[in-house]
Amino acid sequence: MIIDHPLLGPRDSSEFTYLGDAKLIERPDPDAETATRDFYEYAYLRDNPAGWHEELWFHEAGDRSWLVVTRNTLTHEISKVEMARDVARGKGRSK
Amino acid sequence: MRYSGFQVIKQALSGHKGWTPAWRDPEPQPHYDIIIIGGGGHGLATAYYLAKEFGGKRIAVLEKGWIGGGNVGRNTTIIRSNYLLDGNEPFYEFSLKLWEGLEQDFNYNAMISQRGILNLIHTDAQRDAFIRRGNAMLLNGADAEMLTTAQIKKRYPYLNTEDARFPIKGGLAQHRGGTVRHDAVAWGYARGADSRGVDIIQNCEVTGFKIENGTVLGVETSRGFIGAGKVGCAVAGSSSRLMSKANMRLPMESHVLQAFVSEGLKPVMAGVVTFGAGHFYCSQSDKGGLVFGGDLDGYNSYAQRGNLPVLEDVCEGGMAIFPAFGRARLLRMWGGVMDMSMDGSPIIDKTHIDGLYFNGGWCYGGFKATPASGFCFAHLLAKDAPHPFATDYRFDRFEKGRMIDEKGVGNQPNLH
Amino acid sequence: MTQKNRLDGGQIDTAIPMNFKFDGKSYIGYQGDTLASALLANGVRLMGRSFKYHRPRGVLSAGSEEPNALVQLRSGARQEPNTRATTTELFDGLVAKSQNRLGSLRFDAMAINDRFSNFLTAGFYYKTFMWPKAFWEKVYEPIIRKAAGLGSLSLLDDPDVYDKGFLHCDLLVIGAGPAGLMAALTAGRSGANVILADEDFTFGGRLNSETFGIGDDAGAVWAAGAVAELASLPNVRLMVRTTVIGAFDHGIYGAVERVSDHVAVPDAGKPRQILWRIYTQRTVLAAGAIERPIAFENNDRPGIMLGSAIRTYANRYGVAADKRIAIFTNNDDGHRTAADLHAKGVKIAAVVDVRADAPRSMDFEVLHGQVVDTKGRLGLTFADVKLADGTIRTLDIGALGMSGGWNPNVHMTCHQRGRPTWNADLAAFVPGGTLPDGMIVAGAANGDMSTAGALRGGAQAARAALGLKGRLPKLPAAEDAPVNLTPFWYVEGCSRAWLDQQNDVTVKDVKLSHQEGFRSVEHLKRYTTLGMATDQGKTSNMGGLAIMAELAGKTIPQVGTTIFRPPYTPTAIGVLAGRHRGQDFHPKRLTPSHTWAAEQGAVFVEVGNWMRAQWFPKEGESHWRESVDREVLATRGSVGVCDVTTLGKIDVQGVDSADFLNKIYCNGFAKLAVGKVRYGLMLREDGIALDDGTAGRLAEDHFVVTTTTANALPVYRHMEFVRQCLFPDMDVQLISTTEAWAQYAVAGPNSRKLLEKIVDQDISNDAFPFMACANITICGGLRARLFRISFSGELAFEIAVPTAYGDALMRKIMEAGAEFDVTPYGTEALGVMRMEKGHATGNELNGTTSALNLGMGRMVSTAKDSIGSVLSRRDGMNAADALMQVGIKPLDLGDPVPAGAHLMNADGPVDAAHDQGYVTSACYSPNLGHAIGLAFIKDGSNRIGEKMRLVSPLTGVDVAVEIVSAHFIDPKGERLRA
Repeated sequence: MIIDHPLLGPRDSSEFTYLGDAKLIERPDPDAETATRDFYEYAYLRDNPAGWHEELWFHEAGDRSWLVVTRNTLTHEISKVEMARDVARGKGRSK
Repeated sequence: MRYSGFQVIKQALSGHKGWTPAWRDPEPQPHYDIIIIGGGGHGLATAYYLAKEFGGKRIAVLEKGWIGGGNVGRNTTIIRSNYLLDGNEPFYEFSLKLWEGLEQDFNYNAMISQRGILNLIHTDAQRDAFIRRGNAMLLNGADAEMLTTAQIKKRYPYLNTEDARFPIKGGLAQHRGGTVRHDAVAWGYARGADSRGVDIIQNCEVTGFKIENGTVLGVETSRGFIGAGKVGCAVAGSSSRLMSKANMRLPMESHVLQAFVSEGLKPVMAGVVTFGAGHFYCSQSDKGGLVFGGDLDGYNSYAQRGNLPVLEDVCEGGMAIFPAFGRARLLRMWGGVMDMSMDGSPIIDKTHIDGLYFNGGWCYGGFKATPASGFCFAHLLAKDAPHPFATDYRFDRFEKGRMIDEKGVGNQPNLH
Repeated sequence: MTQKNRLDGGQIDTAIPMNFKFDGKSYIGYQGDTLASALLANGVRLMGRSFKYHRPRGVLSAGSEEPNALVQLRSGARQEPNTRATTTELFDGLVAKSQNRLGSLRFDAMAINDRFSNFLTAGFYYKTFMWPKAFWEKVYEPIIRKAAGLGSLSLLDDPDVYDKGFLHCDLLVIGAGPAGLMAALTAGRSGANVILADEDFTFGGRLNSETFGIGDDAGAVWAAGAVAELASLPNVRLMVRTTVIGAFDHGIYGAVERVSDHVAVPDAGKPRQILWRIYTQRTVLAAGAIERPIAFENNDRPGIMLGSAIRTYANRYGVAADKRIAIFTNNDDGHRTAADLHAKGVKIAAVVDVRADAPRSMDFEVLHGQVVDTKGRLGLTFADVKLADGTIRTLDIGALGMSGGWNPNVHMTCHQRGRPTWNADLAAFVPGGTLPDGMIVAGAANGDMSTAGALRGGAQAARAALGLKGRLPKLPAAEDAPVNLTPFWYVEGCSRAWLDQQNDVTVKDVKLSHQEGFRSVEHLKRYTTLGMATDQGKTSNMGGLAIMAELAGKTIPQVGTTIFRPPYTPTAIGVLAGRHRGQDFHPKRLTPSHTWAAEQGAVFVEVGNWMRAQWFPKEGESHWRESVDREVLATRGSVGVCDVTTLGKIDVQGVDSADFLNKIYCNGFAKLAVGKVRYGLMLREDGIALDDGTAGRLAEDHFVVTTTTANALPVYRHMEFVRQCLFPDMDVQLISTTEAWAQYAVAGPNSRKLLEKIVDQDISNDAFPFMACANITICGGLRARLFRISFSGELAFEIAVPTAYGDALMRKIMEAGAEFDVTPYGTEALGVMRMEKGHATGNELNGTTSALNLGMGRMVSTAKDSIGSVLSRRDGMNAADALMQVGIKPLDLGDPVPAGAHLMNADGPVDAAHDQGYVTSACYSPNLGHAIGLAFIKDGSNRIGEKMRLVSPLTGVDVAVEIVSAHFIDPKGERLRA
């Protein structure tokens, strides 16, 4: 596969390391009353769709960016690649 | 019809006119006591044991395509019980014992061949871990033997010990491990279940569950609604997709695992060998093909095919230990979808919906588990209580912090 | 020796004769021959044996789809089993042997199987061999295995070299027949970067096998001209002998170039083959079509082959398949073969056509009928033709061509699970469904069966692929005959009529499969093994499908197909591995002191990809334990030095560095003073220990984190995840500096004295106490880092310098330490000392242990959030009897304590149900004079002093042990603070 890195252009997927669903960005509030349940769902449950999937790839043999790649799990087609940091900020994550 | 050498001769002498279909092709009934979704190895085994061991009546297996078309038809055929952890080893040893009597039990030659499995050791830390594992196997009543490099060389003289980047420091052998003719497992269970009255319904895709007041009443299918007292799901590879129809999110991801077979060769490998410093394992089928594999491609996929990097990685591992295989040719490669669970271990459990039961999350190890998985799932369906060897395969183990993590890599499925 | 079937003409060079041997007998062929054509020229029809019944086999085809003529090529370590004679280029000195026989090829004792074939029908083995149970492995299976397989490996290491490479292009053209050549010309002339690959050793495809022309030239001449033009274009890369094996995601294709398979031994420095990964924007698949056989009784004898193959042998190789030839056809193509052969003076006994309205010929007899049976033990001698009026006519022939129509070669269109669609005119599947992204199919592969259609399709495909505008340039005139075919798959009533000639699957087997309920096309394939031969069913599948369709009362497209999978043709495992074998399997990482250590005679050990000194044997030491014991005692007695460069180092800088580390480590780092180091434990989010190490604070906004060797990469990746994905606004930057700094542990009571001779500043206990760290200079100004940390439990330092100075520093330490008898120690002594001190490493942090298990449960701060803290509080990880790390000591001090042994209660049963824990690490402690171990046992912290039983049935150990504190040496830590 080829991942079109937002900064570096198309790179072979073998330069990257895969983590999983980009929902891993949405780490729950550890101080919430439901924190244990929230973290269980965050750490263990997955939609695991057959179709479009937003997922985290790390450019390990490259610039060490974490990327959010929107990829179809049925066809492997990639429709969007974003810097994970931008996505995280977009989801309201900060410090 | 009972199969035997006598029958083969008798039929041959009468023009093979007497052979009957191995299973019927029934129309679905409006209602069953128990419906098993998934006509793969696990689903068919569940139906077989339900009918045979647990007195089940009015059972159907619903298969969206052709039976045995999932991972039981696409795997590297290995059976073994060389597990480490308490939650696993008794279960897999139970499975291996069932394999050992299976052919006589279901009257089908699945070519269960206990020619042994050998895990090569390359570092001292690995040896420590394998000693712990071998001891766990022996303490659970399984077999295990630590082999020296010299003993291994005797069995596999062409193993690269002279010029190895990662020296071979011995190996953990399980002589009762081996291989099975994978398709025949599905067919044997199907035939055995069918002859005990189970309706095996192919080309019948489940499109939804009918659930009222927290109780499952049946399934919607491509061939209409079918009512059921209980519904057991055994659709590894499609688990998340199916269970989402019951609004469940599962602790698993779907990943592609590739497997490879060479052209037919005269026998060179007796048993199964796994390379502990790379991603490669290999055996040789009774037809002569080297059957080999390695790591997952590593990304979520339902595409049932993989890519070049893993093919290369696997062949590199192969050439690292077996440089004599360089001139053997890869004939075919294929990819199967694995239910990769969050701790690398399976789930056989009730769901929060009454009457709806789940069996899945087998990662890349489901084939060897087929008999025990079927038996334990049948037990759960029949008695509403987990079989003693499957008590830890619960959904709630993640929430409760009781993971069964053989590889010790945590909640990242592609590392298991 | 005469080549009795050699004709005039063809693309062979009779000026260059070549000697070769088949089954020990010498023959002569010519440059340009394949092994198959040369054998046929010499009148050799029998080339192999089938898989199951050991039926005699000759060539079926003239290409890579060949299922029958498989030979063992070459000898010794270069022996190649299952090599297709039809694609093997003849070279001088070629040696080949037939395979899958017991005895000689002519008198194969295993041919007895054929006599019993009625008992060995499809799937018979599933029904028997079950009694007695123990006989499967001991009796039945060994016999079956011995009989199975085709050729043999030599079991000698493959002596050849394989390479890998990358190529990029705008357009990849697969296949260099008329469609592929025209596509490449069209694209090449436009200036696009083009790769044209063909599996054959000559470009031209079918043009080399046909007599008709293109424009004013013979087809082969036109092809040569096209190739010459392409060769002159700098933007076109011509890849002959290159098989594209698979279409992978996003326009990546695998291709194998056979660089040296056409010579006896690769030239010096040349690889045998190269695996190319071709990255392309667009692909034109012009893979042609494959003719299909017709099933009739005994249609598998040597001499019976595809009609198109007979034509290829005659036109391209100047070889008559035999002196007396007949054709059995359902379409006009069979007549073309007969005409070509007739023109070359070969006698055509008849063309047998199933069509009543078949064209007539002045040159040969056309019979309306069907071939219903054949004779000839080792090769065809007679064929019985049933004429339309029911009479039988026997033809005296040595070769029979089968022309059942052509199957477009859709193989690669299916590699991404696209399914072909049915074309009723061709009675064949054509590309359909979703093709691999960017692929366009042209020519016969797309169902355009005429030469003109191929030229047009190739040009159009290239223009579409590249978005070329304007009018289609005029194409040369070429044959444009329509396909005229009546579907005909098998002769009514036939039984032992072969569909899959290699695997011996007959019409009868397909019928039996249906009778027994194996009715899905996949069940058919798996039950009968139809299409599972080395040609992946290229010549066999369609016949089987047609019969299944008829039995099921369905159409062929309703029955469907099985899926073609990569590789397109079988591919050597060696080329897929490339140079990654032997010592080059993985790269070696060497530490800065490696050369120095090698000079000292160090024994090295693989730690991941690193090579680390394991111990440094001295003269007179015959056992590794002697060296290790000495190193340990010398270090604890005076001073030792160890290269710890391999430990991961991560530089953390920025205003929020401390806050960041507070998230990463479960224990607190916010209050760590500048100039201090702290031990830290990292958890995964699931609460399990990920790694441990130290972090030193060099400045308010600057930390140096160390990781274990094994986890350097995963920890860095994890930290970047936390930084970029979880806390994107933290002002913190990370970089791995593992390779930037050489680092040495200097340990032992004299370590300070030694370092004082090197370090430029005061490192007294007051000035540089335990857990101090600083940027310093050494040797009068070289920048360095010093950490007062201790893994061994001794007074110890770790000193780091830029990697380039690593070797020099090691030598300097040895020189400065000479007066203290400084002793270099390796990973073994390091391990002994850490176990004596009770420090955990990878054996303890095995991915299933929590902070609690490691005895550090209280380190998990509840005052702050950190990765893993929430889930570490789950009940199951805090059970009352949770495993806890302890020390193990044998009651009889002479007893061993093996790692991997399990702990049992002293007087309870020994089984899994009563397992109390296990030993994670163990060694002999030269300081204590006995074996020691670290272990996890249930409720361990409350069991110190308990006597237990340590068992390792695997290695035959059963000893009494005592549970002790894991801190065997200096439990109060006085030495490291000295």
